[in-house]
Amino acid sequence: MNFRRLRTVLAVSAGATALLVSAVAAEPLKVGFIYVGPVTDFGWTYEHDQGRLAVEEALGDKVETTYIESVPEGADAERVLTQMALSGNKLIFTTSFGYMDPTINVAAKFPDVKFEHATGFKRADNVSTYSARFYEGRAMIGHIAGKMTKTNKIGYVASYPIPEVIRGINAAYLHAKKANPDVEFKIVWVFTWFDPAKEASAAETLISQGVDIIMTHTDSPASMNLAEANGIHAFGQASDMSKFGPNAQLTAIIDNWGPYYVSRAQAVIDGTWESVDTWDGIAPGMVAFAPFSDQIPADVQAEAQAIADSIAAGTYHPFTGPINRQDGSPWLAEGEVADDGTLVGMNFYVEGVEGSIPE
Amino acid sequence: MDFSAINPLTLIATMIVASIPVMSASIGELVVERSGVLNLGVEGMMIIGAACGFITAVETGLPIAGVIAGVAAGAALSLVFGLLTQYLHSNQVATGLALTLFGLGFAALLGQAYSGIKPPTFPRPEFGFLSEIPVIGVIAFSYDYLVYVSFLVVLAVWLFFKFTRSGLALRAIGENHDAAHALGYRVIRTRLLAIMFGGACAGLGGAYLSLIRVPQWTEGLTAGAGWIALALVVFASWRPLRVVLGAFLFGGVTLLQLNLQAVGVEINAAYLSMSPYVVTILVLVVMSSAKLRGANAAPASLGRPFHLSA
Repeated sequence: MNFRRLRTVLAVSAGATALLVSAVAAEPLKVGFIYVGPVTDFGWTYEHDQGRLAVEEALGDKVETTYIESVPEGADAERVLTQMALSGNKLIFTTSFGYMDPTINVAAKFPDVKFEHATGFKRADNVSTYSARFYEGRAMIGHIAGKMTKTNKIGYVASYPIPEVIRGINAAYLHAKKANPDVEFKIVWVFTWFDPAKEASAAETLISQGVDIIMTHTDSPASMNLAEANGIHAFGQASDMSKFGPNAQLTAIIDNWGPYYVSRAQAVIDGTWESVDTWDGIAPGMVAFAPFSDQIPADVQAEAQAIADSIAAGTYHPFTGPINRQDGSPWLAEGEVADDGTLVGMNFYVEGVEGSIPE
Repeated sequence: MDFSAINPLTLIATMIVASIPVMSASIGELVVERSGVLNLGVEGMMIIGAACGFITAVETGLPIAGVIAGVAAGAALSLVFGLLTQYLHSNQVATGLALTLFGLGFAALLGQAYSGIKPPTFPRPEFGFLSEIPVIGVIAFSYDYLVYVSFLVVLAVWLFFKFTRSGLALRAIGENHDAAHALGYRVIRTRLLAIMFGGACAGLGGAYLSLIRVPQWTEGLTAGAGWIALALVVFASWRPLRVVLGAFLFGGVTLLQLNLQAVGVEINAAYLSMSPYVVTILVLVVMSSAKLRGANAAPASLGRPFHLSA
């Protein structure tokens, strides 16, 4: 390309930019999403994408959404985020814990782009965080598991030892124990969010060791498949997985991001967006449930529903003392309720859970 | 911690099942390498096999059609590699790597509409009273058909190398293709057939993953199993029966680690995950010591291009 041509190109693109700027008022808000797995995982990422579709449906022409799926956590995420910001997205949802530092780094370079990071704890003027109080849902399914197990062994396929996952284990354990004092948790860590073959191996292992109910904190329905094939029960994770386990699924915790995503996109359009920390639970509907399986006896269904209702009403907190830490030292006194700060950074098991948290 | 929770028989049986995909892919690659060709595209052929097998099984409702399609797809993809490297003399390493990248992407494209679908269930053989026999019943008679098929393939390869004239010819071509050519063996045709056999086996391993092991289609389903299969060939020092042992070790180590976790053994998962590779390196070091003369284990013409005019 000779110099004159280059100059022409520059002039044209400068003109185009000016045009773009003048047209900005009529332009739809560009909203970007990055996902850790494929949108078809039928779990975590699937539900985030349902949230994205809800934004499109609610705001129509006022928004234009894009997504990039299966982005590894780490340096790659930073590159993808930069690309997204450069291509004109003004609101970007980063939907996995491991995107935390990349989000903060990229946000610093693009002060007029708003970022929303799921399940993290680092914020900035243009970075909000949001998460759902999944532990509220896990309290309920813990109760069901305690009532439904015949072998008194409950398997738990855990992903990474981060507070989010540990909190879920504790909440489920406490309520299973309350429902059935003989209950025992077998926990395996697979160190991945999404690897169906490995998740299946983990579920298989747990089944061979005698568990008859499986809970998961990974993203694919692989465990549900295995549970169905072996004639035991499991809980759907993040999404209704009943088509993978029509007999196996007792209920599922559903992540319902749609309303939040719509309200945040609307806030950007209205110019009222602020950096906030949102942590919603059953009450506003961010944590929802799939219908109870009719294999759960009516009285257990009623008890489970009562737990969910009392949490939603604010009359009951899943972490209400007395609760000791695993080593026996007291954590919450009688009637005391866990504060959010401790829950957010939870890095210990409660008393009764066996094994130790991997480093 | 309570080791009694681990049932050793069930553990061994599940480890055998877990080892099938790598074993199948590995025995195929072993034949390819014994013919003097290095195909690094195992991962790509596996995942194409997994995708095509899954799609066919869902569309036809016949699991067996899925397996056949997986095998055919793996062989077809390997044929691309074969034509490029054998007739057009492209670099084997680069072509193999390209095959993996292409396979991963193409499988993702093919499988787009098939995520989250349940494939038809594969029928399991009935052994009647045999599966009631203590110990042997669990270890030998508790699997699906493909497990037995995979073992038969390994056995067949072993017999082929050991007792047949064409097996000997294939090994000769892998050791010194010029000499074999001078003797009148058809180097390129033999290699092409070996490459297709390798592709078929990789496709079988992939189809096993998506139709029986998981059973589900997702992007990146093979998750590196093809690379493990490649390391396994080296570990087995190019001997068919050692592949079985290696596959058991490589494929089963994840399950062993999960089992230990479930009974509360505190061992860093990273150590167990790396153990097969550490063993591979050790095996290589030991083999290449002069006394064992193991340095000759690799086929002498491995990866070297063959020109008819040469």
